[in-house]
Amino acid sequence: MNELLLIVRRSLRQHALSTIVTMLGIALASGLVMSVFMIQKQSFQAFTGGDVGFDAVLGARGSQLQLVLNTIFHLETSNGNIPYSLYEEIAKNPQVELAIPYAVGDNYQGFRIVGTSDDIFTKFEYRKGQKFQVEDSGKFFNPKEKEAVIGKFVAQRTGLKVGDIFQPYHGLIFDEDKKHDDDYKVVGVLQTTNSPSDRVVWIPIEGIYRMKGHILRGTGENYKAQEGEEIPQEVKEVSAVMLKLKSLQAGMSLEQTINKQGKVATLAFPIGRTMAELFDKIGWLNRVLELVAYLVVVVAAFSILASIYNSINERRREFAILRALGAKRITVFSVIILESTIIAFFGTLLGFIVYFIILLFTASIVQAETGVVLDIFKFDSMLIYTSLLMISVGALAGVIPAFKAYQTDVSENLTPVS
Amino acid sequence: MAILEVKNLVKSYVSQNGQTQNVVDVPHFSLGSGEQIALQGESGSGKTTFLNLIAGILQADSGEIIIDGEDISTLSEPKRDSLRAKKIGYVFQTFNLLQGFSALENVILGMAFGNGADRKYAENLLEKVGLANRKDYKPRQLSVGQQQRVAVARALANHPKIVLADEPTGNLDHRRAFESLELIREICLENETALLLVSHDKEILSKFEKVKNLANINQAVTFYE
Repeated sequence: MNELLLIVRRSLRQHALSTIVTMLGIALASGLVMSVFMIQKQSFQAFTGGDVGFDAVLGARGSQLQLVLNTIFHLETSNGNIPYSLYEEIAKNPQVELAIPYAVGDNYQGFRIVGTSDDIFTKFEYRKGQKFQVEDSGKFFNPKEKEAVIGKFVAQRTGLKVGDIFQPYHGLIFDEDKKHDDDYKVVGVLQTTNSPSDRVVWIPIEGIYRMKGHILRGTGENYKAQEGEEIPQEVKEVSAVMLKLKSLQAGMSLEQTINKQGKVATLAFPIGRTMAELFDKIGWLNRVLELVAYLVVVVAAFSILASIYNSINERRREFAILRALGAKRITVFSVIILESTIIAFFGTLLGFIVYFIILLFTASIVQAETGVVLDIFKFDSMLIYTSLLMISVGALAGVIPAFKAYQTDVSENLTPVS
Repeated sequence: MAILEVKNLVKSYVSQNGQTQNVVDVPHFSLGSGEQIALQGESGSGKTTFLNLIAGILQADSGEIIIDGEDISTLSEPKRDSLRAKKIGYVFQTFNLLQGFSALENVILGMAFGNGADRKYAENLLEKVGLANRKDYKPRQLSVGQQQRVAVARALANHPKIVLADEPTGNLDHRRAFESLELIREICLENETALLLVSHDKEILSKFEKVKNLANINQAVTFYE
């Protein structure tokens, strides 16, 4: 075995350039395949199976998926509004453990402003046992004041800090011509949660109602809040009500009542299943990505084959000499298989660097766009399987050149016959 | 006792005009254990084919080649390879050193496929042929004479019963050729290894006590090239 390794080592060194290029090809292919599968898997898990802190979302009649994207992931537009009374009604439902109203429709430099109650800080757990915490010198907003608590990502991107004053912009997409006149003071920056909440500017829901230019249509007629005047309950609206339920059965029961029997609202439940529908819809895209990844593997395999195959002719004399020294045909065959396997092995090892680079890049984009954090260091058995697959494909790619080497005629390739 | 015995050995090739032509037709030839014989053979006399048949590199059409009591003409190719690796050393006219490997590695590979590599012994052999300080040099970094000495060391690396030498001094000047010949003969004697050397150089042949003319041994029509 030592001799085989010696022969392989020397050969790889003699053909260093093509060896390195081929290894890089394998590295790109394996890195790409691992990335595609891991991004798919982690995205699916993060969007469908992650603990988002809520069990269901109540919103206007329409798409459950849109409702979840809008309220949990702070993406997409709102389904519309529902009367505040619905929030009060469901909050009193004995099957509901916690109900938090959301009112959306404004942004600050593209980051969602969510009007809500202070329950979001005092009662809501964004992950089991974990509540929002403000960083040093900060506090949660006073529901009666024009105060804001911002997510960590917002603070990093906008530069806002405790004590800063900012003006919200109307709409969910940043348009600098749509600035509201209201001044909001940042009173707290939330500690990183690695959740979509890091991309949110939280203000009191009352602030949304009183934002200059906002019109409330809870009664069907336009109402503009006046300073110093109590807003009647019947004109108030919410974009959604975030629900924590007492049991799974409670969700099924509410779903039956609201979605199948009712006509005014939609209950998105369970959230994971709703998001899974999104992945079903974009399943074709995943399959295209997988196909591309597999094609890259095939191309990489052919690059090994071509690289070694091309070197066989110039190495025929070497094989003939080895055979003359007593090496069997199978030994020569094994040398080539070992060579292609080693190229694939080290290529796959390098592939992990490519994988981490791709995942790091992708994770930063996913986090910036959705707030969802992909764990680039998360181990998955798929990484091992993919590596083994790449090494096997590499070994397999060596079979044709190995067979060519196997057929080398000793006497023809040694010295001229005299 | 004969370490090599050849009986009724025939090897033919199909020529370009489709005719089968015998290249080797040796009714009998033998080489005793530790014996040194020089075969005189002109270019085209079939001497390389004869040596390749003995080494098991080529398969005979018929006849027997008995090496150390074993008829290699009846052996499968892998077994012939194995026997060559263990019992035969071969010095080629063009040395056939592996270019990507150092002198020491070339010698190590000379024993690797037989009874296994022995680095110490390989180093000793290189020391014996005067290349202890060149063991890590690649063939292209060595002179022709030094390359030839590496080839000799490699041929003896597997403790062979027979060393076959095909015009081993053909690429050397006279002074180096004689030095080299003496080296081969001396090491073979020390190791009690039989030596079968073919050459067309009369001065080289004159150094041997036993010289046979291949034309008298090989009844085939020669000069086929």
